Amino acid sequence: MWARQSGAPPPHCRRPMAAREARLIAEVGVAGGAREAGARAGDRLGFSLCLGGRGSVSWAGAGGGSGAAQMEFSSRARQKHLRLAGDRRELYPHSLQFYLEPPTESISLVEFESFAIDRLRLLKVVENLGVSYVRSTDSYKTKLENELRKLKFPYRALAEDDYEARRKDHISHFILRLAYCQSEDLRRWFLQQEMDLFRYRFSQLTDGLMQKFLEHVNLSFEAVSEDLKTELANELCASTPGLSLPKVKEQMFYKVGLADAVDLFRTRRVFVKDGFAYVPFKEIDVIVLNNYRTKLSKALALTARSLPSIQSDERLQPLLNHLSHSYVGPDYSVQKNTGKISLEQIDSLSVKSFPLCMRQLHKALRDSHHLRHGGRMQYGLFLKGIGLTLEQALEFWKKEFIRGKVDADKFDKGYAYSIRHSYGKEGKRTDYTPYSCMKIIMSNPPSQGDYHGCPFRHSDPELLKQKLQSYKIPPSGITQILELVKGMHYQLACQKYFELTHEVDDIGFSLNHPNQYFTESQRLLNGGREPKKELSTSGNSQQKNNSQESMNLNSTPTSSNTTADTELEGLEAYFTED
Amino acid sequence: MAPFEPAALPELLPVFYRRLFPHGPYGRWLGYGGVVKNYFQLREFSFTLRDDVYVRFQSFGSPQELERELQKINPYKIDIGAVYSHRPNQHNTVRLGAFQPQEKELVFDIDMTDYDDVRTCCSSADICSKCWTLMTIAVRVIDRALTEDLGMRHRLWVYSGRRGVHCWVCDDAVRKWSPALRAATVEYLTLVKGGADMVKKVNLSYPVHPFIRRSVAVVEKYFEEYALVGQDILGSPESWAKVLALVPEDIREALQGEFPRRKDSVQRWEVLRGRMERTRGRGAAPCYADWEIMLQFCFPRLDINVSKGVGHLLKSPFSVHPKTGRISVPLDLQTLDQFDPFAVPTITSLCHELDTAGSDGEQEDVGETEPKRRARDYKRTSLAPYVRVFEQFVEGMESARRGERLRRSDIQGDF
Repeated sequence: MWARQSGAPPPHCRRPMAAREARLIAEVGVAGGAREAGARAGDRLGFSLCLGGRGSVSWAGAGGGSGAAQMEFSSRARQKHLRLAGDRRELYPHSLQFYLEPPTESISLVEFESFAIDRLRLLKVVENLGVSYVRSTDSYKTKLENELRKLKFPYRALAEDDYEARRKDHISHFILRLAYCQSEDLRRWFLQQEMDLFRYRFSQLTDGLMQKFLEHVNLSFEAVSEDLKTELANELCASTPGLSLPKVKEQMFYKVGLADAVDLFRTRRVFVKDGFAYVPFKEIDVIVLNNYRTKLSKALALTARSLPSIQSDERLQPLLNHLSHSYVGPDYSVQKNTGKISLEQIDSLSVKSFPLCMRQLHKALRDSHHLRHGGRMQYGLFLKGIGLTLEQALEFWKKEFIRGKVDADKFDKGYAYSIRHSYGKEGKRTDYTPYSCMKIIMSNPPSQGDYHGCPFRHSDPELLKQKLQSYKIPPSGITQILELVKGMHYQLACQKYFELTHEVDDIGFSLNHPNQYFTESQRLLNGGREPKKELSTSGNSQQKNNSQESMNLNSTPTSSNTTADTELEGLEAYFTED
Repeated sequence: MAPFEPAALPELLPVFYRRLFPHGPYGRWLGYGGVVKNYFQLREFSFTLRDDVYVRFQSFGSPQELERELQKINPYKIDIGAVYSHRPNQHNTVRLGAFQPQEKELVFDIDMTDYDDVRTCCSSADICSKCWTLMTIAVRVIDRALTEDLGMRHRLWVYSGRRGVHCWVCDDAVRKWSPALRAATVEYLTLVKGGADMVKKVNLSYPVHPFIRRSVAVVEKYFEEYALVGQDILGSPESWAKVLALVPEDIREALQGEFPRRKDSVQRWEVLRGRMERTRGRGAAPCYADWEIMLQFCFPRLDINVSKGVGHLLKSPFSVHPKTGRISVPLDLQTLDQFDPFAVPTITSLCHELDTAGSDGEQEDVGETEPKRRARDYKRTSLAPYVRVFEQFVEGMESARRGERLRRSDIQGDF
């Protein structure tokens, strides 16, 4: 599927594909003619991706309609020339852009991945800040600027030699487009955050830079001459809310086509004459933003419609898939404080320092002396993450399960194996990592009889409210939490839960992982030091060896496991689930 | 003259489509000068046939082909739809989702039933000469806005055949407008808001947008004749109570006292208006209740659904109204105030006129071509002036296209 009318593949990808070569061509273009689904001749429709044999990625810009081939070649040639000529600033003359042209250079796979993840981090921060702060306030702006700087994206409108940051901005946007065009929800999320980001950056421009930027994106609206403005002064004043006559005189007005100023036109908040809206300077950002939204929304829809199933290459598609579901942070797989928790502490820790999901799982385990598979995975890996050693885990689960219907023998044969499996001691020896919030919220929703999942996401709000009441959370706090839940901000609701149970105003971090919750909670409660270990009599000899788990474990191989790598789930089915 | 009988349609329609329907200018209109390839071929028509059989997605290779089809099937009603991405009559062969409406005229539909809450003379499908003024006002208000505010040039206003009017805006750029922009236009043109449970449907606040001010100026020209004399809205305590319900409480009481002492609606209105103007002159809290009343009783009420969708079908000009028999004729804006919907020819009366004209001793010239004969035919009937208006409209667009071509070739320097 090539975007050009001629049907010929772009020149740099014309070499024959050998099956052995790790070569992927992911085409994002428009099948068929330029009149496809509302697209018009001359629209920029997408770009194609070539994954090179040595882990490099390159784009070929593609356009629709006739003449696009020439456009594309000359634009690519020109860009290459510019790069060679060393005048990199020409490529990115402004600190922000409309992302109309896809990137045309090759980058390494490493850069591909890191750019994408960094932008994802940025957009998540944009989302969080947008919920927690009013967008025009200084705290919002400062925090966002810090994040931009930290992640090496353009953060200052005037920065002269910002080429690397701007390039990263450009490329990372297009990568995320591929990942986030694939469903309505993803598109909506991506669009919202990109718009907020754009709005912030646009507001940081000086008047002069703004003017230049508007010219650059062909949105330079015709300024209304002084004479005309005087003539229309009364009308302008009567049509534009918030503008008195003197203000009208001092502010610049622009003639904008009705299609560009739909909202102002629709609600009669501008003067309209001869098919044009007379927009004051202070409303121009609304117009620019609408323009950006329209363009990006259309581009996402087109990309989605023409994204074919990506063939064969296992490097690219998983990355794109997981980007939209990814957690980007420490994975809590290797704990420095392994063995610092004793089993006796768990009950009290579950109340003080566990996030609600784990507190709920622990309680369910204690009450029914059993947990189903989903709960065992989520809770078991969490416990591993807070520092429980394999022996402690085995002891912990066995003690509890024996009080239920399971006898010791059955435990050793089945459940013990899977616990060892999750510690990386059996089967293909993967050291499973504790689940992030994203994973808990988005995959494997609980059904009747399950206690796993995220209570803010998966519990009925009424039941959630009752539970919080039983935990003595103050009513005003409960209201705030439920508001956040209604707005689907589950992690923020959990953050609020943290703040209320720890009696702090500001959680001080962005919550992404249950183990992060635990670590931060412990740090807070212990005055910044490492979690204290209470004296206990349980046989725990790992004190001295802090950096890694001890290897002298008696792994009792189960007799039923004869094949090499049995997946955990398969084994569970063997021990009939309830 | 015999009244119109719907049962006669099967006999009359063939005569209509052969001898009266203005196929020539109609085809020139929808061809839009042939500037865009296949524009006519991609246009959807829908027909209502006898026994309420309805067919959509009809399309034709040329205006001549359309003419032949009309003369063959003699539809009761013709609707015009959008210009699509593919020929509508082949839409089933197109991949799902690829068959999309691309362009269409911006249309407005103003229907007298939407004014039932402020009409006393008639209701629902009925109209009379008294309430027809509402349509006149609607056309004036909307047309002013379309030309002065929105810069639109090629507007065709059409009598719907029974109780309303339609407007077709045919400017090149406007035909490409998105549904959002069309909906925004209707919102811009909307001042009367609220259903049966809303007493006060127009609320103005300072400062008043120029669109509103200019619309009020248009309404004012007709208000006395229509509302005060014709509808007599302040004629009796019951009727003026409805009007006073729209006035702020403090002023309402004073007017309640004043009104019985005046002799008619005109005088009472003067009292009310005077009061309002004084609040505005003083600069304190300006009150616009008089404007609000005028607007609630007279301002046009548009149906947003008709205008919003690019694919929405609307009755074609020169279509016959199946219930009244009246032809949907274009309105001449120059003589709009004198337009009488009851004088619009019906298909019955037109056919009758043809019969009379034919028997006036003129010999049929066998060698004469069909179009020529038809051109003479409708000219002999009362349809003539309406076709003339339509031709002027089409010529207006054609001359604008010529002007545009000249301008472009001037710029490019090729002659």
